[in-house]
Amino acid sequence: MNREVTTVMKARTLKRHLREGSKNILRNGWMTFASVASVTTTLILVGVFLVIMLNLNEMSEKVEEDVQIRAFIDIAANQEDIDALEKEITKLSEISTIEYSSKEEELENLMSSLGADGEAMAMVNQDNPLNAAFIIKTADPMDTFDVAKKIKSFDHVSSVEYGNNVIQKLFTFNEYARYIGIGLIAALVLTAAFLISNTIKITIMARSEEIGIMKLVGATNGFIRWPFFIEGLLMGILGSIVPIILVIGGYYYLYENMKDRTFVPFFELIPFSPFVWQVSLILLGIGAFIGVWGSVMSVRKFLKV
Amino acid sequence: MIEMKDVQKTYHNGVTALQGIDIKVEQGEFVYVVGPSGAGKSTFIRLMYREVKPTNGEVLINNHNVAKLKEKEIPMLRRGIGVVYQDFKLLPALTVYENVSFALEVIEDSPKKIRRKVMDVLDLVNLKNKARFKPAELSGGEQQRVAIARAIVNSPKVMIADEPTGNLDPDTSWEIMKIFEEVNARGTTVIMATHSKDIVDTLKKRVIAIEHGRVVRDEQRGDYGYES
Repeated sequence: MNREVTTVMKARTLKRHLREGSKNILRNGWMTFASVASVTTTLILVGVFLVIMLNLNEMSEKVEEDVQIRAFIDIAANQEDIDALEKEITKLSEISTIEYSSKEEELENLMSSLGADGEAMAMVNQDNPLNAAFIIKTADPMDTFDVAKKIKSFDHVSSVEYGNNVIQKLFTFNEYARYIGIGLIAALVLTAAFLISNTIKITIMARSEEIGIMKLVGATNGFIRWPFFIEGLLMGILGSIVPIILVIGGYYYLYENMKDRTFVPFFELIPFSPFVWQVSLILLGIGAFIGVWGSVMSVRKFLKV
Repeated sequence: MIEMKDVQKTYHNGVTALQGIDIKVEQGEFVYVVGPSGAGKSTFIRLMYREVKPTNGEVLINNHNVAKLKEKEIPMLRRGIGVVYQDFKLLPALTVYENVSFALEVIEDSPKKIRRKVMDVLDLVNLKNKARFKPAELSGGEQQRVAIARAIVNSPKVMIADEPTGNLDPDTSWEIMKIFEEVNARGTTVIMATHSKDIVDTLKKRVIAIEHGRVVRDEQRGDYGYES
């Protein structure tokens, strides 16, 4: 008798917990409905936020990726000077890539960017007035300005070109937007978890006697907790169904209607697949987490009989 | 089998429910615990399955000191003791069958064994034909029989009952007592707190009387000893 109960669970016991957990969902119909409804409400909000946040993030990343420094090389510089300059630039720790673009490539670039008009430039090919350049990208786009300044002071650099003030402001804005977004989602999830654990607490309060009886016939705490764990998991999953459908449907509609209308530069939605499935998976995960957490936290205090 | 050595219980609010309790119950005995309301009978009973922890002294069940059990060891103790309450304590959402089988699921018996044991014990309490009923669809006596079935399905060495007939009419009470005697005849120790003079004086057993938290009388084939 003076022995601890073995903690290894038999397969049929797990089956029993699964059965009990799902039966409880039906037995406590209205309470289940209330809990599932609060999971659903929260997840719809989280889903909308996620979609907006991730799209904004994607857009700003695209903008940031386009930011590069163009350091034009003095026409007077010879190959040795150029090599030395390249070494010097490469030494800067913030640099991620450096690429040499010859006079000819620069001209070609210019011509292609001008389209049909560019062909008129063909005649200057003989007497190319452009400088060769280094095209530099920094690992963190935020470092662009510092790095550009440093490069400008190097020998044989005639001028430096990089994103202007607007882009700097955009960077700062993006940074804040990201933090605020993450903060909002975290707050939303936490609030929901509390709301749901309260709802579930009421459900369980009504069942505290049941828990007491289980303990009196010799059920271990783990044995009692399992069905509640499964019940919470199921409620979380049930609660995420409607938000997932809404996100898939809503995003499909939005994406189909927006994809051909690029009325704002950079404003382009993330392609439907696999983005929507990833968001759905996240919602499912959050739902399951909230359900389990709420359920397990509330049953904990009733286990002290 | 069951032994209490100088047991004292003082609750958090300062009320001393029991003190100086020294008793010994042998395997297979049938013991009534009697006394006025609030004398400490319930505390006495609850000490045995560790719903209550003694403040001082030892409570020995099969030579193990129940007072010293760790939280994790309590379920094992309770599996060896069947408990029956005045208010039955059945799970309302479960059927008769499920209420009984629950005690076996807890100890992870095989489904086959569970089915056999539950049907056997429902046969014993004469409720085989109501296995699918919910507690609310049964009479008080029938509900108590379900509770007894749950208590003994695991073949415990001890059955403890806290005023099991308190909510039942006399006829039904006798039915319950018949089952108790049958359980006792199979070798199970029965300890029963009761207020029923009728039962104690008719079905003569050992009587332990508790007053003001102390054992004031302990006699074989005793009387109830109070006005009813």
